[in-house]
Amino acid sequence: MTTQSEKADNMKIATPERKNRSPVTSHPSRSSPSWPDQLHRVLTDQRMRQVAYVPDSGHARLIELVRADRQMRAIPLTTEEEGVALAVGAWLGGERSVLLLQSSGVGNCINMLGMIQECRVPLLMLVTMRGEWGEFNPWQVPMAQATAPSLAAMGVVVQTADRAEEVVEIVAAAGRLAFNTCRAVAVLIGQRVVGAKQFK
Amino acid sequence: MKHRKPVLDRRQVVAEILKRRGDALVVAGLGAPCWDITAAGDNPLNFCTWGGMGGAAMIGLGMALAQPRRRVLVITGDGEILMGLGSLATVGVQQPRNLAVIVMDNEHYGETGMQVTHTRLGVDLAGMAKAAGFRAAGTVYSQAQLAAWIPRLHRQRGPVFAAIKVTTETAPLVLPIREGPALKQRFREALLGARAFE
Repeated sequence: MTTQSEKADNMKIATPERKNRSPVTSHPSRSSPSWPDQLHRVLTDQRMRQVAYVPDSGHARLIELVRADRQMRAIPLTTEEEGVALAVGAWLGGERSVLLLQSSGVGNCINMLGMIQECRVPLLMLVTMRGEWGEFNPWQVPMAQATAPSLAAMGVVVQTADRAEEVVEIVAAAGRLAFNTCRAVAVLIGQRVVGAKQFK
Repeated sequence: MKHRKPVLDRRQVVAEILKRRGDALVVAGLGAPCWDITAAGDNPLNFCTWGGMGGAAMIGLGMALAQPRRRVLVITGDGEILMGLGSLATVGVQQPRNLAVIVMDNEHYGETGMQVTHTRLGVDLAGMAKAAGFRAAGTVYSQAQLAAWIPRLHRQRGPVFAAIKVTTETAPLVLPIREGPALKQRFREALLGARAFE
């Protein structure tokens, strides 16, 4: 162990993709946009106006795109349940919102999700997973294991995307399900897709 | 700092604020604020929460951003806002011009046995709101201060925050609709018309 290893700028993301491009630092190549770029298009097409987030490196590119998009309001949160309550207010006011978070943040949302279920407010949660695929940090594992069961226990429909090529299609379908049927839908984007943080 | 005993009556305060609501949208935090706004006259543009403690200011933020031309008033309790203090920072970052957060601060958890809250023990909510970036924030103790604050709550460029110190006197229960979908749909239809059902 070295003190260098604790420096954030030395932490890198390893991805299983053949080209070994990090979704955090990569930019869309001319041939095919990355899945976060395509997700941004899905959010545009589905008229998502308020994009609330607690940062995760898996969402870094999407957050960057949202912050640069004048049609969307980027709303950084101090804790994830704020985004659940925000979704209620946005919907009452006639706008759509989406919540970007990592799996550990799902635990922070539990009681607030009761309001979503009781009021039948549409909610789309895009959850990047930590603690499940090649994880280094043991403290991430408990909430990773509890993510899907605790969402399900609060009446959230849970869908999983474990391959980069299926993320966009699953999120687009989840958004339609959430807003067409007025319920909460979470897409768990696997750590296999976003990559495990390397502590070296 | 010496404690200053609250003297204002919450029902009267809320009634005075809402008398001048115009077409404002009102969100109430769970418990007594819901009974207060309902006692002042039920209105389809009231959204009363029966749960989601700590979320009232964020509901107000989502609403204020979605409806920038309408005033949004969040009326909540000290216990409720204490559970969501981070939301003050989130509101401060967004700077919604049309949002006012009003805390009916009786310094107690009134629904659970009147235990004291942090505000009775020295925590200054208005100071926190000011530090979080609210454009105006103050604590209201007297009728004269309330009279000066009411126009600010309705018209001053937001985000605006007021902690209004009220007694622990409990007023008769005046209960709003309980069913979530009914509250939601009534609110959306009154605000959005046919768009509510798209």
